[in-house]
Formats: sequence, C-alpha cells, structure tokens
Amino acid sequence: MIRFITALAFVLTAFAARAEEVTTYKLDNGMDVVVIEDNRAPVVVHMVWYKVGSADEPEGVSGVAHFLEHLMFKGTDILAPGEFSQTVAANGGSDNAFTSYDYTAYFQRVAADRLELMMQMESNRMNNLVITPEGVATERQVVIEERNQRTENNPGALANEQFRAAQYQNHRYSVPIIGWRHEIDELSTADLQEFYDLYYAPNNAILVVAGDVDPDEVLELARTYYGSIPAEAQLPERVRPEEPPQRAERRITFVDPRVSQPYLLRSYLAPERDPGAQKEAAALVYLAELLGGSSFTSDLGQALQFDAQTAVYTNASYGGSSLDDTTFTFAIVPAEGVTLSDAELAMDRVIAEFMTAEIEPARMDSIRMQLRASEVYALDDVSGLARRYGAALTQGLTVADVQAWPDLLQAVTVEDVKSVAEKVLNRDQAVTGWVVANQEEAR
Amino acid sequence: MLRILIAVCLTIVAVPARAEIDIKEITSDGGINAWVVEEPSIPFVSVEIRFRGGAGLDLPDKRGATNLMMGLLEEGSGDMTAQEFQTTRETLAATYRFRAFDDSLSISARFLTENKDEALALLRQALTAPTFEQDAIDRVRAQVLSAIASDAKDPNTIAGATFDAAAFVGHPYATAIDGTADSLNALTQGDMFDAHQNALARDRLYVAVVGDVTAAQVGPMLDALLGDLPAEGAEMPDDVAFGLSGGVTVVDYDTPQSVALFGQSGLKRDDEDFFAAFIINHVLGAGGFQSRLMTEVREKRGLTYGIGTALVPKFHAEMMIGRVASSNQTIAEAIEVIKSEWQRMADEGMTAEELDFAKTYLTGEYPLRFDGNSEIASIIVGMQMTDLPPSYVLNRNDFIEAVTLEDIKRVASELLKPEELHFVVVGKPAGLESTN
Repeated sequence: MIRFITALAFVLTAFAARAEEVTTYKLDNGMDVVVIEDNRAPVVVHMVWYKVGSADEPEGVSGVAHFLEHLMFKGTDILAPGEFSQTVAANGGSDNAFTSYDYTAYFQRVAADRLELMMQMESNRMNNLVITPEGVATERQVVIEERNQRTENNPGALANEQFRAAQYQNHRYSVPIIGWRHEIDELSTADLQEFYDLYYAPNNAILVVAGDVDPDEVLELARTYYGSIPAEAQLPERVRPEEPPQRAERRITFVDPRVSQPYLLRSYLAPERDPGAQKEAAALVYLAELLGGSSFTSDLGQALQFDAQTAVYTNASYGGSSLDDTTFTFAIVPAEGVTLSDAELAMDRVIAEFMTAEIEPARMDSIRMQLRASEVYALDDVSGLARRYGAALTQGLTVADVQAWPDLLQAVTVEDVKSVAEKVLNRDQAVTGWVVANQEEAR
Repeated sequence: MLRILIAVCLTIVAVPARAEIDIKEITSDGGINAWVVEEPSIPFVSVEIRFRGGAGLDLPDKRGATNLMMGLLEEGSGDMTAQEFQTTRETLAATYRFRAFDDSLSISARFLTENKDEALALLRQALTAPTFEQDAIDRVRAQVLSAIASDAKDPNTIAGATFDAAAFVGHPYATAIDGTADSLNALTQGDMFDAHQNALARDRLYVAVVGDVTAAQVGPMLDALLGDLPAEGAEMPDDVAFGLSGGVTVVDYDTPQSVALFGQSGLKRDDEDFFAAFIINHVLGAGGFQSRLMTEVREKRGLTYGIGTALVPKFHAEMMIGRVASSNQTIAEAIEVIKSEWQRMADEGMTAEELDFAKTYLTGEYPLRFDGNSEIASIIVGMQMTDLPPSYVLNRNDFIEAVTLEDIKRVASELLKPEELHFVVVGKPAGLESTN
C-alpha cells in the first residue's frame, strides 16, 4: 500500500487562501482512490470512474459502453432492478451516471454520513451485475428514445455526428458515444456482458470521494468494500488506433430543413493534455480565448461582430481533456444577408492576421487573471473538483498533472501561443462544415 | 448479507442533516433590505439581485423591450463602449449575468475579494447608467432575432409557445419575452430607457450577498450599488386564470420524435395545501427515477428517455405542467399512461410507504442544496421573493413532515383534474389529432 499525500503542491500566488485538499491512495488490487476534503457543508460526492468509454468499444457494437451504463441501474445479485437509486433517494441523495469517449462514471451525492452505504452498493455492482434479455429489451427502447431526443430530433447534433466522422478517420472518436442507431438496434446481451466482464474491475477504476469526509476513514471504507474485489487479469492495455497524418482539408455540407439559420464549423486536429506534457495544451487555451473567447474582446468577435456586422455569433474553443488527439474548433453564425462563403473568408482573414500580428501583453494578462480567478471560483464547487480529477485520471493524466495545470496556464507566453497556432491552424488538417436548411443556403 | 446491511441503514435515516447557514438580515441606511451569509473561506463574493415584474412590465406593443434592455446593460454604460466595459470586466475577472424572466429580472455577480470595489463600481455603472447606443441595440437585436428564428424550429419551444398562447390569452404570459421579429424591429432607444426606468426600481428589489464579506460591509455596499435607482417602477401586471381546458393540440412538425407539454391549473405558493401538493407532484412526476410516471412510462414500457412534472406557481397564475418526448409511433400510448396515472393519483392518493419514502428523500435532499456560495445566494434571494422568513431554512422540513396521508388524498382529489389536462404535441404523432 502506497500512501502519499499530495500536500497542495501548488498554491495560487497572491490570492489562494486555500486550494483543494487532495489525498490519494492505491489499493492493492490496483484501484486508485482520490479524496478531496471540503468541510463547508455536510455533503459528500461519491464517484467511481471506469477507464473505459465509447472509444474503447469493439467495432460493430457502438453504444455498448453507454447502454451498459443504463443497465448498471437494473439490479445485481442482491439489488433488485431500481433498488440502487431507490436506496439513494431514500437517503435523501441523488445519483446518476455519464458516459464519454474516454470514461464511464457513476456518482451519488448524499449526506456525508451515508458514504458507507454508497460504497456498499457501488462496489457490489462493480462485479455482480445481472444482465437479463428482458431488461435489455426494455432499455433498448429507452436508449433509442434518448438518441431520438438528443440527436435525431436535433439537426445540430446530427451535423456534429457527421462532422466528427469526417474529422476522425481511424480513431473511434469518429463514432457517437450513444452509438449509431443501426448498431444500438442489434446490440446483444452477450455484447453487453462481455464488455462489463472485461472492463468493470478495480484495476480499471478510480474512486473519487469529495466533501465533508476524513481521508483516513475513506481509505478504510475503500479497503473494505473495493479492496476485496479481485483485479481483472485479462484487462487489455489501453491502446487505440491513432489518426494518420491528415494531408488534405475535408469539407462537408449538412442539409436539414429543421436548421433555423445557416452556420459554419471548422475544426483542426490538436494535441491534448498529456502526462508531464501539458504546455502545448495550455497555450491552446490562450489561443482559443484570443481568437474567439469573448465576443467583445476576441479577434473574431471584434472583427466580425463589431468592426463589421458579419456575424451574430463567433466562437473558438479547445477541449484539452482527452485521452487521444482532440480538436480546436471555430463556429460562426453569419449575420442576416451574409453568405457562408463570405463569413468563412472573414474568419480566415482574422486567423491569417493573427498569425502575423503582435499579441498585446494586456490581453495575455487579462486571460491569465481570469484563469487564476476561475481556480478560486472552482473551489466553491466540490462536485466540479471531483469531476476534474476523475476525468483527468481516466484520460491518462496523474494527480500531479492536474495540480500542475493551473501553474502551467499562468506560465504561457506569447511565443508559446504563436508557436502552437502555427502548428495547429493548418488547413490541411482541418474539417470545414456548412450546416444549412437547403442547398440554396450553401453558398 | 449486503441486503440486510442496507435495510439497517434505511431504518436509521430518520434525522436528516440540517442546513447550517447563518442568514443575517440587514437594512442599509438607504433602506435597502438584504440577506447576508458570511463565508470567508474562499476569497470571493456572490451577489444575487432580483427585481419583481420583469418582462411582464413590457408596455403594450413593446413586447421584447425589457428582455432586450437587460441584454444591453453589458453593452455600454457611463463613458464606456461595450468593448471597453467588457475589457474592464475581464481584467477584473468578475462575472455578471443579466437575465429577464416572465416575473422578474435577475442579476448575478461574482467577483474576487481583492477586486470587490472595482467590480461593484463597474456593476453599478451598468445598472444605473446604461447608454443604449444605437449600434449596440442593433447588434443585440440581431442576436435576439437569431434566437427567435431558432425557437421557431425547436419542437420544445414550439410546444411551450403554443401552450402559453392558449393558456394565458390577453396576458404577458401568453407570448415569449423575446418578443416577435416585428415587435423587436419597432423598438427604439427611447423604449430601452423606458423599460429600464419601469423595471429596475427599488420598490421591487431583493438582494442576497454570500461570501467573503461581512454583514456590516453590505449596507454601504448596496447603497452605493443600487441607491441611485428610481424609488418606484411601473405597475405590476394583473393576475390571469389558467385558460386551457382538457384536450389535445397537435402542431404538425416533421421530426422523428414527438414532444409533448401538458398541464392544468395549479395552486399558489402560499396556499396552505402547497406542501401536500408538492409531495403529490414529487411522487407523480418530479421525483426522477422514483416517480410513478418515470416508472410507468420509461422503466416498464420504454416509451421515453425522460418525463417530468412540476408545480409552477408564477406570480400571476398557477399551473402544474409536465414534459415528455416519445417517438411519433408511441407518443399516443405515452399520453394514455400519463392520463391514467393522473387519474389514479386523483382517485387514490398514495400509499403510506410512498409518502414516507418521499418525505425521507425531500427532507434529506434539502440541506444538500446549500453547498456553495452561488447556490446559497440564489436560494435565499428566491426565499425573499416568495415572502419566506430566514427561519424557513431550518423549519422547511417540518412543513414536509407535517403532511398526512389524509392531506394527500384530499389535495390530490382537489388538485389533479385528469379531464382538464391539456396536451400540446409537436411532431407527427400517429393516432393523435387536435380536439375541438
């Protein structure tokens, strides 16, 4: 048993009265434990994160990770279907789960003195789920209705699906988390059972407990309930097919009469936060802010929304939390009477000007200040801190990486931003998409 | 073994945690009342400000004015343009949100202790000295027009608009606070100043301050922030009776999944039966996976991903509403199940077990809400708007516990009117047609 206390490796200079208090352990069976103490309210968030998401699915069974997440509420050897959530509710708590490309996570939020009960139940369903054909049949309809609600009824979501399929040609990030409809229809009980048996194990899981708790007591409970579960010997190494070098821009036009007004998206493959190597990602955070963060002060906002009325909405965004290559994305909604071609030209002009112009130090300082402040505001949201650690640890980062990140953000220079912009904003590795109601708008 | 352990735990949950927050009521020298919670452990402050009235104060033919005005408060004030204002705000790392609702305006601010004075001075400028420059009006108007265009193709918004138009004829509630393209395009700079004067007045003001600040500091702080606003604003809108009767309205829309908004008249927040109704709503449709509707429509039949109901006591009307989405082929069946569950609750009320279970959840969940400065500020400003005293935080659970099975049965039979339930369905629902 290794126990090390990461004693506030970073202290936010100037105004951190306190940072989050984090303690980490590793159980003998390989399960990581992260405890975040916050005694302001008598509440605890208990989360188990599995290092498996939709991008880990075998080919042909897309949606199996998410479908399994639904079934996790359907009963075990000793819990009747629905009893898990019912017990949480009977204790005044709430529970839910979510699936992403890189992780699947389950959580409960309850009064702090109910933590042990949560651990009893959550540890039980790590190894003892009962998957029945009847349960699968009913839940398939629910998942299809979920896909209808999130995707089929939403032209923007359908467009995004096509967009990712164009962006990723070898990596499973090309496949929607909820799965393709025709594969959801065909998922079998055996597909679900195999996925569960292989991936739901302590050596593939991270326990995150945040709130009004004592770390030593959490460790004791974790040993009792999770420590007794055997590690999965067959757990495969987490290696996924990588994207090949992209050598030509891809373009799509998505047409759906339910699109209310035309808009364009442009995404570029971009590096993600990697363990011990987060500098480029930190610079990309600044690049997104400078180009399209605030609609008032970013380059795109100023040029397209103030200097000329080219757009009603502009945005640049970068999501650095990802196990594999991520994207840097622009979105533009043209103003009335402006074509998509003209809006795209205007956007590309702003990007080109950014490459040659100086970056004002005052804007770097402003972003730096906002990022520092966001760390203070983040302390007010203990569930958010728990998610931050859970996501990072399932996406290949370490606790040390999470704690180094705020300082790395503070240290980004103008040169860092320029150099990462040169690397990432390359049209040969971009996808540009127009989303329109009809072909006439695609001009 | 584990089952036994769980059973034991279930029996010892009788005493839920209490929300341990200390609310201080203050009145400033200038006469502004506020509730303050001192929480010095993180160096920032959350301020929640509400003005009653909101978009309901739009003058005749000026629908959308109050909403547009709120969107413009961050687009230029004092001697600053929109960009100068935002540059200053970003440099301070302060966040302000200005939002309009049917019955109120909401201003949320959050700033670091070390930037407190500057952040408040900038907020004061936005609230008391907006410039409403024409170019800002044009720019924000284009954004609202874009939102109106999106709403016109969004099934959920179409359902809401159709429902409101029929339920609240002749009242501001009947139309969207965004206004229409026509009403928006006719608005002038003068209308913005009028809307500002009418809505941001001290006779309808509620304030909560939570965080790294002392109660003694808050009085002078609020006098400086809000003291220059006019003492009185426009007259409040009249009350309106819920005007929909039972039936179905189908709005044809080509999309694979139908969405339904359904509802009937409700009851006021200060009704003596409110807590019984609250529990009835929880057990019927608001209790997530534990609710009867979720069990029947989703868990047993797989007809939906989500269904929920809510009591909606607005300031000028009361209703009980719900939402569900289901494939065009199955929405009719979902609606039949909803109607029959509505009927069953009206006829039978609930079992003692259901009531106990709901009470345990509701009383246990309540203290968990108070887990952040921003959450606490929002909750306690909302309490002020509904005339609740600070002590409500401590005795709210007693009101829940006091509800009896007899109360439930009586209130369920009075409140729930299956024959008056109206469904607005947007989609291509098989086997459903508009009634009358």
